[in-house]
Amino acid sequence: MTTARRGNPAGDTVLLGVAGLAGLLLIIELMPRLGLVDERFLPPASRIMAALAEEAASGAFWTALSDTLVAWALGLAIAVAAGVLAGLVIGSVPALRALTASTVEFLRPIPSVALIPLAVLLYGTDLGSTLLLVCYAAFWQVLVQVLYGVADVDPVAFETARSFRFSAWARIRHVLWPTALPYVFTGVRLAASVALVLAITAELVIGSPGLGKEIAVAQASEAVPTMYALIVVTGVLGVLINLLARTGERRLLAWHQSVRGEVSA
Amino acid sequence: MLEVKGLRKVYQSGSREVEALRDLTFTVENGDLVCLVGPSGCGKTTLLRCLAGLLAPTAGDVRVDGKAVDGPPEGMAVVFQEYGRSLFPWMNVRDNVELPLKQKKVPKRRRQELIEQSLDAVGLTGSAAAYPWQLSGGMQQRVAIARAVAYEPRTLLMDEPFAAVDAQTRADLEDLVRELWKRLGVTILFVTHDIDESVYLGQRVVMLSSSPTVVQDELLIDLPADRDQLTTRADPRFIALRTRVYEQIQAAKKNAER
Ligand SMILES: Nc1ncnc2c1ncn2[C@@H]1O[C@H](COP(=O)(O)OP(=O)(O)O)[C@@H](O)[C@H]1O
Ligand SMILES: [Mg+2]
Repeated sequence: MTTARRGNPAGDTVLLGVAGLAGLLLIIELMPRLGLVDERFLPPASRIMAALAEEAASGAFWTALSDTLVAWALGLAIAVAAGVLAGLVIGSVPALRALTASTVEFLRPIPSVALIPLAVLLYGTDLGSTLLLVCYAAFWQVLVQVLYGVADVDPVAFETARSFRFSAWARIRHVLWPTALPYVFTGVRLAASVALVLAITAELVIGSPGLGKEIAVAQASEAVPTMYALIVVTGVLGVLINLLARTGERRLLAWHQSVRGEVSA
Repeated sequence: MLEVKGLRKVYQSGSREVEALRDLTFTVENGDLVCLVGPSGCGKTTLLRCLAGLLAPTAGDVRVDGKAVDGPPEGMAVVFQEYGRSLFPWMNVRDNVELPLKQKKVPKRRRQELIEQSLDAVGLTGSAAAYPWQLSGGMQQRVAIARAVAYEPRTLLMDEPFAAVDAQTRADLEDLVRELWKRLGVTILFVTHDIDESVYLGQRVVMLSSSPTVVQDELLIDLPADRDQLTTRADPRFIALRTRVYEQIQAAKKNAER
């Protein structure tokens, strides 16, 4: 057994991870049961699980989940499209870049949640409110990365394209875009996580439809295990989104990783 | 034909001015292979970028085939010194060679022919599917040459293309350039800091002084057209010519120091 484990470090890590998770569940199970924490604030893991199963059987849960996912996906898509477009345009026109630099530096650090009153003013408790916050937060993540990407274009590669008389469009399509692509992926990955945080926040605070609203409702009606169950769901969503983004990145950028490998070697 | 008349280039970076080229005048006739030799930092790359329409001169006149250069001219290809950065790492060898042809709107059938012929000519027939970063430095520079050759340029500019490859590869690539030049009848301006290389390759050698840069001298290389790494380099005429070039470059240095 020991030798088998040594021969398989990846399996080892997974095993340790599972053990850690099981340990955490055990602690959450025991703490309220032993009276170390008040059960009203932290119910035992088994009751959270039971609540989770109950939620999974209800239609309202799935509607809320799909509302959150729609807001997340739609907001992310809009932010990525706008961020990439703006990044490519701003990045490839030096004058525009200088013109927008200070504006970007001013707007970017504004926490999206500061826009909640504005969102409510504009869209009330509709999907629009969530979208506004998600788009705002995700947009900057993408824009900043695309700007880095465009700045990373190799002048020699660019002059090569110019010397072969590539059109402006061909230079963007064949030089700028492939160079910026790894950065775009980083931006999308970061934006995807931020978008989820903002989607849940908006639903929680504004009461627009989705998991966040359900969490608030569960808390208000003192259904604490359900509240925890929903929190677990948002956590799982976060993990899945990150996993998806990383896998996509690795698949599509094989050449880039190889180039990087070459440099470090 | 390349015509350079009174070319001057001053780089302006902030308040600092760098006079890269002071006053250059020379011509390269159609079908000629001219080597431009000069010490590092004397402005060879600057001159080439002016000829390639990538950089606007401060003063003077640059013409390609009689037309004033105001952007990358038609029918010209450039082989850069930094081959690794000049090839697109996200494309394999074949796509790298093909892309400029697509931009030139060469029909697909003809593109396939040109890619095959040019890769054949540089000895990379089997590497079409490889990515540039999977190849050695010498092979990468071959790809860059194949890309330029496939483009069927009337004029080929080469900027110290072999400065970063090993001696054996370099000798092979020099012979490749001569062979391609003889076969294709293109006009080649070959930039190098290596005196021997300039004499071995060129029909004519233009010597640049060190900064402030002017044309120091021109020399006709009256060696036989068929050149060979061993016999040509041992030829007394070759040695006499390389000595001439060497002396001129030394003289230019002394002038600059005075
Ligand atoms: N973009 C630039 N800005 C300012 N100075 C430059 C620039 N490019 C080259 N120079 C300067 O011009 C001179 C000639 O450079 P270059 O043409 O690269 O020489 P070479 O190719 O002969 O080595 C050098 O002193 C270099 O520092
Ligand atoms: Mg140079």
